[in-house]
Amino acid sequence: MAYVAIFITYIFINNFILTQFLGICPFIGVSKNSESAIGMGMAVTFVMGIASIITWLVYTFLLVPLDLVYLQTLSFILVIAALVQFVELIIQKNSPGLYQALGIFLPLITTNCAVLGIAIMNITEGYTLMQSFSAGIAAGIGFTLALVLMSNIRERMDLFPVQKSFKGVPIAFISGGLMALAFMAFDKSLLTNLLG
Amino acid sequence: MAQSHKEVLTKGLFKENPVFIIMLGLCPTLGVTTQVVNGIGMGLSVIFVLVFSNIFISLLKNIIPNSVRIPSYIVIIAAFVTIVEMVMHAFAPAIYKALGIFLPLIVVNCIILGRAEAFANKNTVYDSFLDAIGMGVGFTMALILIALIREVFGAGTITLIPIGNFDGVLKIPLLYTYPVRVFTLAAGALLLMGYLKAFFTWFAERKRG
Repeated sequence: MAYVAIFITYIFINNFILTQFLGICPFIGVSKNSESAIGMGMAVTFVMGIASIITWLVYTFLLVPLDLVYLQTLSFILVIAALVQFVELIIQKNSPGLYQALGIFLPLITTNCAVLGIAIMNITEGYTLMQSFSAGIAAGIGFTLALVLMSNIRERMDLFPVQKSFKGVPIAFISGGLMALAFMAFDKSLLTNLLG
Repeated sequence: MAQSHKEVLTKGLFKENPVFIIMLGLCPTLGVTTQVVNGIGMGLSVIFVLVFSNIFISLLKNIIPNSVRIPSYIVIIAAFVTIVEMVMHAFAPAIYKALGIFLPLIVVNCIILGRAEAFANKNTVYDSFLDAIGMGVGFTMALILIALIREVFGAGTITLIPIGNFDGVLKIPLLYTYPVRVFTLAAGALLLMGYLKAFFTWFAERKRG
């Protein structure tokens, strides 16, 4: 049941974009159409899942035994940067179709706060390896959900007249704010109601 | 460069303000601005990291091979972020706790990598230093503005640094009793950012004529 709780927590209750402010840059930058939103979301989810595993292993079997915990930030960002490059190479070689879809988003992921954020959060929350992986995937799904919803809102909004100074980014922020208000309906009581 | 030293220094304040005009580094901008003191702490940390990373990257710009420049920049930035983390942990534990995850996340703050890539790797050390100061102060000003609005309306207080007998918290009479809570929530931050951005767009356009 703990895994169900992790999934619900990171997709709805602690949605990375709408309650934690992690990954706001792609949320505003890549949400203009739903196709690229799905592409970005999938790429981020994929990298977050793998990054959670690798950073957890690095922390537990390298940094803690060697007493180098203060190098956490430095080593995590290096792992993520290397991982993103590696994933890019593999996808490019083995599945050109997927590369076409995700290709342009991959380099952006290194500097996405959500990836480094989940890696650090897994450590501070004291998750096990499997819990970290689930949290990574769940946070990625939550990120994708918010991004896709946002892109649909923005596609619709293109059809309606918007005041000149509100066009583009400002109205996107305001829509995001309203969406965050709606997401406030998901709180800790959701967990107790669902799982007892 | 065509720009004078003064232009390099001041463009980050208004004309190219990193938060309101270029829209970089938004995660910490919205994440930590529930109290003014957090905004100040975050701003100072970013200024420190930005100044030193800009100086070092500008010094090393002819040594770092082009193909590995981004990972090299990230390592340089991460080193300074680690220093800030350790210093804050030791000397300002309250702010360290309040900034939480956003402190290590300075590493992926787009402003710092953005300035490294767009400015420090093609300009002199002195200009890069001025650019870092300007951009850092612009970022801090934006953070303080957002934090001030959110804290005054959301909690009815202004939290500053405690000095002597003064505990650092100013209370605003009416709003302290009846705060508009939504401002301190995530939704309020996004809404406020939208309205502020619209205001600055309108202001810039009006100025242009």
